[in-house]
Amino acid sequence: MERMPSWIRQHVAGLRAVLVLTVVTGVIYPLVATGVAQTLFNDRANGSLIEKNGTVVGSALLGQSFTDADGNPNRTYFQSRPSAAGDGYDPMSTSASNLGPEDVIDTLPVPGAEDEGRQSLLTQVCARSKAVGELEGVSGARPYCTPDGVGAVLKVFPDRAVSVNQACPATPFIASYQGLKVECAQPGEDYAAGRTVPVRGSAGTPAVPADAVTASGSGLDPHISVAYAELQAPRVARERGMPVEQVRALIGEHTTGRALGYMGEPVVNVLELNLALDES
Amino acid sequence: MSSTLAGILFIASLLLALALCYKPLGDYMYRVYTGTRHLAVERVIYRLVGVKPDSEQSWGVYARSVLAFSALSLLFLYALQRLQSHLFLSLGMAPVEPALAWNTAVSFVTNTNWQAYSGESTMGHVVQTAGLAVQNFVSAAVGVAVAIALVRGFARKKSDTLGNFWVDLVRGTLRILLPIAFVAAVLLVAGGAIQTFADHSAWTTLTGGEQTFTPAAAASQEAIKDLGTNGGGIFNANSAHPFENPTSWTNLLEIFLLTVIASCMPRTFGRMVGDNRQGYAIVSVMAIIAIISMVVTNWSELSANGTVPQAIGQAMEGRESRFGVSNSGLFATATTLTSTGAVDSFHDSYTAVGGGMLIFNMLLGEVAPGGVGSGLYGMLVLAVITVFVAGLMVGRTPEYLGKKIGAREIKLASAYFLVMPVLVLVGTGLAMATSNGRTAMLNSGPHGLSEVLYAYTSASNNNGSAFAGLSVNTPFFNTTLGLCMLFGRFVPIVLVLALAGSLAGQGPVPASAGTLPTYRPQFVGMLVGVTVILVALTFLPALALGPLAEGLL
Repeated sequence: MERMPSWIRQHVAGLRAVLVLTVVTGVIYPLVATGVAQTLFNDRANGSLIEKNGTVVGSALLGQSFTDADGNPNRTYFQSRPSAAGDGYDPMSTSASNLGPEDVIDTLPVPGAEDEGRQSLLTQVCARSKAVGELEGVSGARPYCTPDGVGAVLKVFPDRAVSVNQACPATPFIASYQGLKVECAQPGEDYAAGRTVPVRGSAGTPAVPADAVTASGSGLDPHISVAYAELQAPRVARERGMPVEQVRALIGEHTTGRALGYMGEPVVNVLELNLALDES
Repeated sequence: MSSTLAGILFIASLLLALALCYKPLGDYMYRVYTGTRHLAVERVIYRLVGVKPDSEQSWGVYARSVLAFSALSLLFLYALQRLQSHLFLSLGMAPVEPALAWNTAVSFVTNTNWQAYSGESTMGHVVQTAGLAVQNFVSAAVGVAVAIALVRGFARKKSDTLGNFWVDLVRGTLRILLPIAFVAAVLLVAGGAIQTFADHSAWTTLTGGEQTFTPAAAASQEAIKDLGTNGGGIFNANSAHPFENPTSWTNLLEIFLLTVIASCMPRTFGRMVGDNRQGYAIVSVMAIIAIISMVVTNWSELSANGTVPQAIGQAMEGRESRFGVSNSGLFATATTLTSTGAVDSFHDSYTAVGGGMLIFNMLLGEVAPGGVGSGLYGMLVLAVITVFVAGLMVGRTPEYLGKKIGAREIKLASAYFLVMPVLVLVGTGLAMATSNGRTAMLNSGPHGLSEVLYAYTSASNNNGSAFAGLSVNTPFFNTTLGLCMLFGRFVPIVLVLALAGSLAGQGPVPASAGTLPTYRPQFVGMLVGVTVILVALTFLPALALGPLAEGLL
């Protein structure tokens, strides 16, 4: 070592340091941590898996879709939040939607063209709200949403206004805007030059809770809010022929409050709740 | 209890925990870096590495040691990814593509942990634990070492040397990062984080769907990812993933880990320069900026400004229900104020003002409290600039901690400050001027520009979080963001060490009536002002076209 030029010595030391520290922090540390974790908290270290009749059906920490093969909700189960992980609740491609707060304009699908268009976040929220409302028998109306479940957004031009998310021949959600006639949107036409005006409408506080119409950060959120669980209780009770009080009691049993009374939000674990329903 | 009150208590308990750690951890780190005795295991390591632990290094040798170690780390990590398919425990993952492997290697060696890949489908066990997590430890230790070297520059008198990089690196890793990370890892498993080297397994869900279990040594990596302000998640969803961050209390634990070392470093600094009041002044500046930022982000998210949040009624898109809006906002603030970049909620879906504040946090240079080490040296450089500005205003010779801030010092400090804006603005400009940037945007209009601006800000500041809608796994972004990370990390480090060398060589200037006291509230206020104003002047045009335009439209 001593006879080598100093810059080579530095790099040899660098390489050796990388290798030695890799053994310490990259081999010994994770192995010891795994040993301790597997000994003290075996179940949790391996993913908090849940079994039904002896076979694993999921993890208490990973949400699932409770839908049929076509994606329609299974009416006897509580439904999870919307998910942006793959085709929904795919642990191999966890993800959020990453759509922003002013993502309000759809790209409408052009009939016959290959491009299937793109729904804005606003339209996704409106469509989910309408669908959940219909499933649970409440109003799905929300601010900035049209009655047919898309974003209520106008592009305003000097001589006309266009309801850009409502493809013709739909009837626009309002007939006129500041004296201008509102038209339905022609798919494929470029309305970028117009001024964007989202229209709030008269909807009050929505009956469908916020978590029911939004995708989570991970796409694997195992929980729903207590409000969304309460909303679903009558439907689940009806479909299962159970008294609704019994379903509500199960919701209570599977609700986790805020840790120490102030951390996070109270939530209901959907998979555990649905398993409890199957057992009762 | 209302969500707002619970959110306030959540913030208060974080601040309280940090305040309780300030003295004990700061004093402990002081003893780690000033003690003369070596542990037996450290002696073995020094012998294996082939360095003499008691020899001192000049700033040039110290800097070359940092660069040599980092260069070899980069090559090692690159090779590990490229050879992944030949390693055991690789979970059947293919070798990582060259541009992506380069980007990822740079990203983890520079403490950035920008991730253009999706962890669960790209990296096997060995690359995660023996490659990426190792850099989580050592890149953090490098940051602290450089900060300590700068503090030695202030503390030493007429000295040619700044300490020994190898000793600082090994001590920081073994005595500070490893023990805390280990305890945190066990706590995370207790909360539900997974820790296993098993293989994939699958099950059929209640309604007949298929789900795959993604095994990982998640808890051990999560602990150091947060503690070392790295941020590279083992899964794509990062700390939003229930296997990384299972409960509301692990969420608080992780935010605490993000901030704890950087918040206690000013104590170490105060001890080393022999005046604890100097440490209190620096930590006050950090606290003032951090609290304002927390309040702005939380207010904006809780009031759900913007069309879609108003339609939803609550800014819940991209948030986990167990954390809720307020706690997610605190994590986002902490991750961008430090150089972490871990996320428990997705910043692209934040309100315009909330998301803009997150960009602003990073543009501040991540100094409140900043990354481990980099936060302190960034703040001390700003203190040098503040002393100089104050000196210009009243005609005093600028001095800081008994050292003259002369032409050489101020040139180095200014150059340090300019590196990041040049990288951010040139990078963003280049991406927007070519089709590469525009086609990668998920959102259009001002929010699209915010995505690109956020990416270059995050890379150049070694943060690593993202407005994740941007499609960054392209040769253009992998290469340019890789260069931003590399220059954004090592050019400032060399400048800081040069500054340290120059300061160490000076004799002390005795304090006189003309000396600006740098421990009084007046100086704290000036330093906050200089930090915010310098950034505002540099970046206002870019911010006006992105988040500000979006918030006002």
